[in-house]
Amino acid sequence: MFGYYLDLALRSLKRNKMLTALMVLAIALGIGASMTTLTVLHVLSGDPLPGASATLFYPQLDPQDMDGYEPDREPPRQVTWIDGMNLLHARRADHQALMTGGAVPVQPAQSGLDPFYSDARYTSSDFFPMFQTPFLYGHGWSAADDEGKARVVVISRSLNDKLFGGKDSTGQTLRMKDTAFSIVGVLDEWRPNPHFYDVNMGNYASSEDVFLPLATARQLQLDRNGSMDCWGNGGGDESNLENAPCVWLQFWVQLDSPAKVADYKAFLANYSREQKALGRFQRPVNVRLSGLMEWLDINKVVPGDVRLQAWLALGFLLVCLVNTVGLMLAKFLRRAGELGVRRALGASRREVFAQLLVESGVVGLAGGVCGLLLAFGGLWLVRRQPSDYAALAHLDMTMLLATFLLAVGSTLLAGLLPAWRACQITPALQLKSQ
Amino acid sequence: MQIKPILVALRKHRLATALIALEIALACAVLCNACFLIAGRLANMHIVSGVDEPSLALVAVTGYDDAQGPDVNARVVAGLRGIAGVQSVDVVSTVPFGSQAGAVGITKDQAGQSFGGVIDVYVGGPGSVQALGLKLIAGAWPQAADYQPLDSWFPTEARTVVSKALAEHLWPGESPLGKEFWCDKFHFRVIGMVDHLPIAQPGSRGVASAEWAAFVPAMPGRFLNGTYLLRADPRELPRILRDAPAAVAKAAPDVVYDHAGSKTVSDFRRDYFERDRAMAGLLAGVIVALLLVTALGIVGLASFWVQQRRKQIGIRRAIGATRHDILRYFQTENFLIVSGGIVVGMAMAFALNLVLMKFYELPRLPLYYLPVGALALWVLGQLAVLAPARRAAAVPPVVATRSV
Repeated sequence: MFGYYLDLALRSLKRNKMLTALMVLAIALGIGASMTTLTVLHVLSGDPLPGASATLFYPQLDPQDMDGYEPDREPPRQVTWIDGMNLLHARRADHQALMTGGAVPVQPAQSGLDPFYSDARYTSSDFFPMFQTPFLYGHGWSAADDEGKARVVVISRSLNDKLFGGKDSTGQTLRMKDTAFSIVGVLDEWRPNPHFYDVNMGNYASSEDVFLPLATARQLQLDRNGSMDCWGNGGGDESNLENAPCVWLQFWVQLDSPAKVADYKAFLANYSREQKALGRFQRPVNVRLSGLMEWLDINKVVPGDVRLQAWLALGFLLVCLVNTVGLMLAKFLRRAGELGVRRALGASRREVFAQLLVESGVVGLAGGVCGLLLAFGGLWLVRRQPSDYAALAHLDMTMLLATFLLAVGSTLLAGLLPAWRACQITPALQLKSQ
Repeated sequence: MQIKPILVALRKHRLATALIALEIALACAVLCNACFLIAGRLANMHIVSGVDEPSLALVAVTGYDDAQGPDVNARVVAGLRGIAGVQSVDVVSTVPFGSQAGAVGITKDQAGQSFGGVIDVYVGGPGSVQALGLKLIAGAWPQAADYQPLDSWFPTEARTVVSKALAEHLWPGESPLGKEFWCDKFHFRVIGMVDHLPIAQPGSRGVASAEWAAFVPAMPGRFLNGTYLLRADPRELPRILRDAPAAVAKAAPDVVYDHAGSKTVSDFRRDYFERDRAMAGLLAGVIVALLLVTALGIVGLASFWVQQRRKQIGIRRAIGATRHDILRYFQTENFLIVSGGIVVGMAMAFALNLVLMKFYELPRLPLYYLPVGALALWVLGQLAVLAPARRAAAVPPVVATRSV
């Protein structure tokens, strides 16, 4: 029966090409616009570390003084050096890393290359196992290297390509800010999106080219990037940030089970109480422990513009669908005579209804295919935009499937009302007027 | 033209009528709000910078110790001045549309109780205000003695020039001259006012604060190094910027030329608003597609009605209606349906605006958008219905005598 309906649908669609084209065009435009914006939204609100993100958490403490205190306000979004070091050395989580962003002048040994600045990440050693970074050559450094302020560095694949022509550079020397560092590892392509571990660097920034131990960076007074919030008489003197009442470091922990999460939260509360007893903290205990995805929500990582565009496109799709409902109504009612004959020959209302829905499904499918082409074009346009997420806008399998589901589903929905209306036709009346 | 017969006829086609009206209503709501969003973006992009944009460029270098700053400055400034065509080279912290300037929360009293908002403070060396081309409207420029080496973010005692917008925000209705404000240990005393000076990244802290900026005089010390304002003939600026890396490399081989941070101020402005421009373009695209789809929908349904009523049209023509009457009939019908849609659409436009206000910090939709949007849809409806209506008018009276 489905085959017969399909045949009828194709015949009917062919009979009035103009109207069919209008319907397909309307669906295609609506689907194309919605899928373009939804894909961007989907890419931007994606999971930066699929598989690992569920066990990553971001603790927050409130070390500020009582100035401007309001109960239950969100604690600062970074930690001080003292708290960061205390939590790091407590080693209560499965993995923990303390980090900040920076920039280092790289002085290539190769003549012919001018010195240049590279984005850097100063972090403790657990960064690599915790975020499961892929290594092309070598490995990360050890906790002992952190303690010993070792001159070791991990570089990105692109920097390795630039400086060493892509060869295994582990064991070689890299000069940065007049200091020789030994390369211990080279990362493979790694660009978590969003740049979750430090959203100060631009939400969709690419990952850094140079990774080196935090303690080493502080000892060498390497340039620090990112935001810093101070209180009291914290002047933010860059050379003495270790003792300043300022938050400027990110601290991440990996907790493998819900029980550990609860334990860690209790540990944070305990730590805060202890610091208050010592007189370092003044405010009442106010600790948070957010999961990775929750942390991205808190930071409103997905740009407002992108959401706005998605809503706008959905509104546009709605207009297109209403339009399609109207056109289908015209199309189905025009065939009142034919439907009257079918009914008189014994087709039940249900069968006529099914026949008409198959027809709208065909329109939806055609609209979906054209919409997909439009979405490819739209995404190409998005990629040419200047934003830092532009390069990420690509259609994946999920969105490809979603396009067709949305197209066929919404067209079927649009077909319901006209099909129902067409089923109300009284066969006798139609036959008489023939 | 009698309206009553049209209304009676429409009652027979309630569903189709309601659909067109609904489509018009949705289009009206989206159209008004999208236009409003575009207008907002365009207003952002046309902010007056108050500086002589076409003649200015910024050159930035990095990669030296703070202690070497003044020495590097002297060499780089000399090197840049050596490029043919350069009229002046001055040290500044940044320029409008450039990288983030010193953004600070200020208070109107020393104790820090009366918060004055977050403002941008530009710091510049002698000659930089003249090079920028800022227009003084009250008070005086800083004197030579006001330019002291800078060893912190700001001078502890700064004689400051503020923008008119900042003056009106801090001291509404009063002359700002002689007024003071504080930021932690830094004390600012206002000695002058310029008509326009936006913050370095206008719009990043909301629309109202786009021009809350001040200028503070200083000389290079441990701070205020590595960023240089070049002034030259606009036609020569691109060449000068091309020559700048070589001149810097020659004068100070030990520093790193910051290519991303060295551009003409016009380029800074263009790049800064790139995203707004893209968004405005996208919105315009949506509006065009929306109007197109709506028009096609009207064409489709009107054509269907004309075909359905061929016989009735024939009868009307046979009993004396002119072609013009038939044309007018369909045009009036379309006008009535579109009007109905617009009434609903205005309410929807307002509701949509309320939602956007809640989530995107947009201002309220000005009322004049509604009649303009309505007019646009009326015109669109009339244009769309014209072809089907003419086809209807062309139906010959003889159709009435034939059975279908």
